[in-house]
Amino acid sequence: MKQSFSDKLSSGFIAVILIMLSAVCLYPFVYVLSASFSSGSAVITGEVLLFPKDITLDSYKSILAKDGLWQAYGNTVFYTVVGTAFSILLTICGAYPLSKSRLVGRTFVAFFIAFTLWFGAGLIPTYLNFKELGLLDTRTSIIVGFAVSAFLVILLRTFFQSIPDSLEESAKMDGANDLQILRHIYLPLSKPALVTVGLIYAVGKWNSYFWAMILLNDESKIPLQVLLKKMIVEMSLNEELTGSMNAANAMSQETFIYATIIVSILPIVLVYPFLQKYFVKGTMIGGIKE
Amino acid sequence: MNSPLSEVKETIVPAKRSHLAVKLQAAKTIIWRDKYLYLMLIPFILWYLIFAYKPMYGLQIAFKDYSLFKGISGSPWVGFENFERFFQSEYFIRNLVNTFMINFWGLIFAFPAPIILALLLNEVKNMMFKKTVQTITYLPHFISVVIIAGIVTNFLAPTNGIVNIFIEKFGGEKINFLAMPEFFRTIYIGSMQIWKDVGYSAIIYLAAIAGINPALYEAAKMDGANRWKQVWHITLPGMLPTIMILLILNLGSFLEVGYESIILLYQPATYETADVINTYVYRAGLQGGNYEVGAAAGLFNSVVSLILVVVANQLSKKMTNIGLW
Repeated sequence: MKQSFSDKLSSGFIAVILIMLSAVCLYPFVYVLSASFSSGSAVITGEVLLFPKDITLDSYKSILAKDGLWQAYGNTVFYTVVGTAFSILLTICGAYPLSKSRLVGRTFVAFFIAFTLWFGAGLIPTYLNFKELGLLDTRTSIIVGFAVSAFLVILLRTFFQSIPDSLEESAKMDGANDLQILRHIYLPLSKPALVTVGLIYAVGKWNSYFWAMILLNDESKIPLQVLLKKMIVEMSLNEELTGSMNAANAMSQETFIYATIIVSILPIVLVYPFLQKYFVKGTMIGGIKE
Repeated sequence: MNSPLSEVKETIVPAKRSHLAVKLQAAKTIIWRDKYLYLMLIPFILWYLIFAYKPMYGLQIAFKDYSLFKGISGSPWVGFENFERFFQSEYFIRNLVNTFMINFWGLIFAFPAPIILALLLNEVKNMMFKKTVQTITYLPHFISVVIIAGIVTNFLAPTNGIVNIFIEKFGGEKINFLAMPEFFRTIYIGSMQIWKDVGYSAIIYLAAIAGINPALYEAAKMDGANRWKQVWHITLPGMLPTIMILLILNLGSFLEVGYESIILLYQPATYETADVINTYVYRAGLQGGNYEVGAAAGLFNSVVSLILVVVANQLSKKMTNIGLW
């Protein structure tokens, strides 16, 4: 009986720790959401701690009125949709042949890819490469330049390998070629894996900022994350330079940024509960090395 | 004496040739058989050549006096001059130390965090509760570093950030956290490494735990092992291969600390603890246009990283028989 009492005690203890941890993970989102619906003055004076105060839609209204933001939002959607489609296509091109153990030269190609995981050219040569290719300040650079993730090629290859060879053999008997086998057997059977790979690409593209910041100068091409970065940096710089700067400006800007954050994470948060299982699966297939 | 030999030669050589020809023929038929597979590989390999290997060719500017007008191949060679300039600059030691310190504290605090979370989650019997906690802790992984940095800068803002508002409410003095070098590592590791990724990294460990043979636990219970002892003697050893592999990967990317997120959080006031080699490459190289020194610093980074992966892998193989290759 003593055993079970201590078990209960430790279960309770563990539950408390996990609840606290969840609260810490969730709180910033709740705060940002509440702040985005509150008045600027309530946020600045610290009246907003958990729930919104002086509920107003002002910051969302000013988002609607801001041109650059919608342009950036559209760009992000474009980069995500077109980029993900292109990435999946190229990933299949690599993963499918590499999943066939009969392919001559397979080991070499696999090493060719893996090597880039351990050794990279670095920022400057990568940047100069884009410059030489004439891809600076083009949408192509964002879509094509970062299309392949070696990790996802390996993930998809592992999945293709798990499909029994006998299916392929019987299709061959019926006279199907490799492309037909891929289209009519492998791709339909790999839907969960393709969804996983596509989602990981899509989230990555939705969230990426670094290379877009470096490669794109034209304001009309930048994605949301780069715009957000500019806004946040500008804001903290302003605050530093002028102390508190003119109060009205600070108020609107702060809640405006919170609202922008909400608008930018909304698509991910909305689909997240439905798609979580794919990510978990993907992490597990990809995380376990053969 | 000559004629029989030459006869032999003559009979051997054509035979060899035909052997080779047969092999070639066989290779041809194999390649023809898999022609579609090779066709698919072409765009894939081209992509790697253009976007991964061509920049490696461009790395030579680390050894050149690079001029934009002359281009990569036209610029004159200068040997190790760029490396010397980097090694002798005041930034080299400082940034190397910063890289080391951020990784060291990351290894102490951020690396074990998901292991502990996975162990705790594994002890939860209520599936609803377990799933909920997992879903919540996994969520920050999907938020971009820009937004996390935005939240952090806003929360820690000197005049009206929520943290300072709390501090003032409890009678403390407001602190300008982001401008103070002594807080940078804590802020960076806490937000970008632990808060963002603890739930995500725990998934891999949970998968490892799920792979442990349940019979081991039964046997341990029969022997009277309590929960703690089961964790210590079965769960942890069962997770060891995964822990080791992630540790190797972690050590291998030692120099690649998340410079993309450091750039978002640091400012001139905190460079002394926040600046790492890659943020320096970004600042001096890309922003300052000092391409060749930036490339030299970047190459140093890449080579050391490569060595670190190999060494870590070798060490792990020796000590635990677990390795990436």
